[in-house]
Amino acid sequence: MKISREDVLRVAELAYLDLSEAEMETYRKQLDDILEYAGKLNELDTHSVEPMAQVLKDDQNADATLREDLVVPCAVADDILEQAPDPEPPYFRVPKIIER
Amino acid sequence: MTISWTIDGVREALAAKKVSARELAGEFYKRIEARNAELNAFLTLSPERAYAQAERVDAMAATGKPLPPLAGVPVAIKDVISTRGIRTTCGSKILEKYVPPYDATAVERLEKAGAVILGKTNCDEFAMGSSNENSAYGPVRNPEATDHVPGGSSGGSAAAVAAGLAVAALGTDTGGSIRQPGAFCGVPAMMGSYGRVSRYGLIAFASSLDRIGPFARNVKDIASVLQIISGRDPQDSTSTTAPVPDYRAETEKPVKGLRIGVPKEYFGAGMDEGVRKKVEAGIELFKKLGCKLLDIHMPHTDYAIATYYIIATAEASSNLARYDGVRYGLRVEGDSLLSMYRKTRGAGFGAEVKRRIMLGTYVLSAGYYDAYYLKGQKVRALIAQDFRDAFTKVDAIVTPTSPVPAFRLGERTADPMQMYLADIYTVTGSLAGVPGISVPCGKVCGKLPVGLQLFGPAFGEARVLQLAHAFEGAGGADL
Repeated sequence: MKISREDVLRVAELAYLDLSEAEMETYRKQLDDILEYAGKLNELDTHSVEPMAQVLKDDQNADATLREDLVVPCAVADDILEQAPDPEPPYFRVPKIIER
Repeated sequence: MTISWTIDGVREALAAKKVSARELAGEFYKRIEARNAELNAFLTLSPERAYAQAERVDAMAATGKPLPPLAGVPVAIKDVISTRGIRTTCGSKILEKYVPPYDATAVERLEKAGAVILGKTNCDEFAMGSSNENSAYGPVRNPEATDHVPGGSSGGSAAAVAAGLAVAALGTDTGGSIRQPGAFCGVPAMMGSYGRVSRYGLIAFASSLDRIGPFARNVKDIASVLQIISGRDPQDSTSTTAPVPDYRAETEKPVKGLRIGVPKEYFGAGMDEGVRKKVEAGIELFKKLGCKLLDIHMPHTDYAIATYYIIATAEASSNLARYDGVRYGLRVEGDSLLSMYRKTRGAGFGAEVKRRIMLGTYVLSAGYYDAYYLKGQKVRALIAQDFRDAFTKVDAIVTPTSPVPAFRLGERTADPMQMYLADIYTVTGSLAGVPGISVPCGKVCGKLPVGLQLFGPAFGEARVLQLAHAFEGAGGADL
């Protein structure tokens, strides 16, 4: 068993996910199965392999160099705020985080 | 009588004034009204926008000027692709009321080319799934066998095209989510190379894998749609400047003498015997067309599922961190900011999405990053090298799209690992970044379509389309 209940609690905390007791146990078991299976990657010696962090080669990627940093107008700011659960234009409002 | 409309058919009918774009849109909405209660392919319809666009096309037609390439073509858009003013849920409760303030570039380009957007199609939540059963709005049913799944995650787009509720549709493919539902519903379905189609406005799942691509009634129509949506977009830094060939013209080129690789790793245990027979018959058909079939090896194929589910979930856990109840979507109030985050995400995400966020968070977390995520990236490099090696010897690779045909609703939901394993033939090309198409290759059990998959080298879409078109023309769908 790779995954303990404490692991599940820790990961749920990192991911900001409220989980029920039933979900905790289900995910513990399922994550355990999946990671057990993922262990098969250790059959491969990858010491001299460069990780593939990018799909495109630099010469395929127009933005391999940085573009000019130009200011362009944003015409949709109001529409964006309209989608917020608790907007106070031009701000998004969140529950109080600093007590004084 | 239901006419099976194609893009070329729409163009000819409009040019000959046999139908107006408005009438055509009306006909498709009637079809949707008749079938959607059963199929659940569409989540949101956009008649106002569709009719306004149809009227613009009709006004253009009245002037006698040449019409743009997709003029009046009724299309459907997967609900993970942003549409200005049209609700876009990603199949999730967390975005139940979300209305994007802008269009995805692919959508904008389709509309500029004259296409009429009928509405948004159902999908697995945040495109995570292989059966469409992970949608918060209920599963889609396969039009070919309504007690079966349509595949996923772009199940609604596949079903809409297969049932004649749209002439073409956009889907997204991260590990097979265009090709596999295309196979299950019996329609051609394609993902271009990574970087081929702009993803601006695509709501992200796994950014090093996600791609937008078309479903259509035939390969020529796939080429027509890919033509429009391909090419550099300054809004997406991963869209490339690689030139966009004339895909429609390329599909017509002769295939005689082309070399097609058959990797034995894709024909091993676990494949349905009916599927195997059909795909083998498909390979014989390529021989009859004068192609040279060569046995090849892709030795890292067996590691693709593990690699994919590490990388895709890691990226998903990061991309989905944005759903925090602040800027858009659901908010569940809590007694602090953190408790608001936790409650919102706990209530808003479905089981599969939470599972993948958990897995992705784990493989990225301190102490496990090297063992899982970094290892996964290294094995990904080996899988991509398998493809590069193969393409030094062959022009394309042929495989089954899925080891099984469409399964019954509910049959595979209990064990996520079993569901993941069935993605074996599609995730490889996703990891490598190469283009792939699924084309219909007969049916098993008298009704369940089988898909044959073709991979080409990066930016070799033309070759893939050319072979798929020849296969279709030679009767591949009726094998």
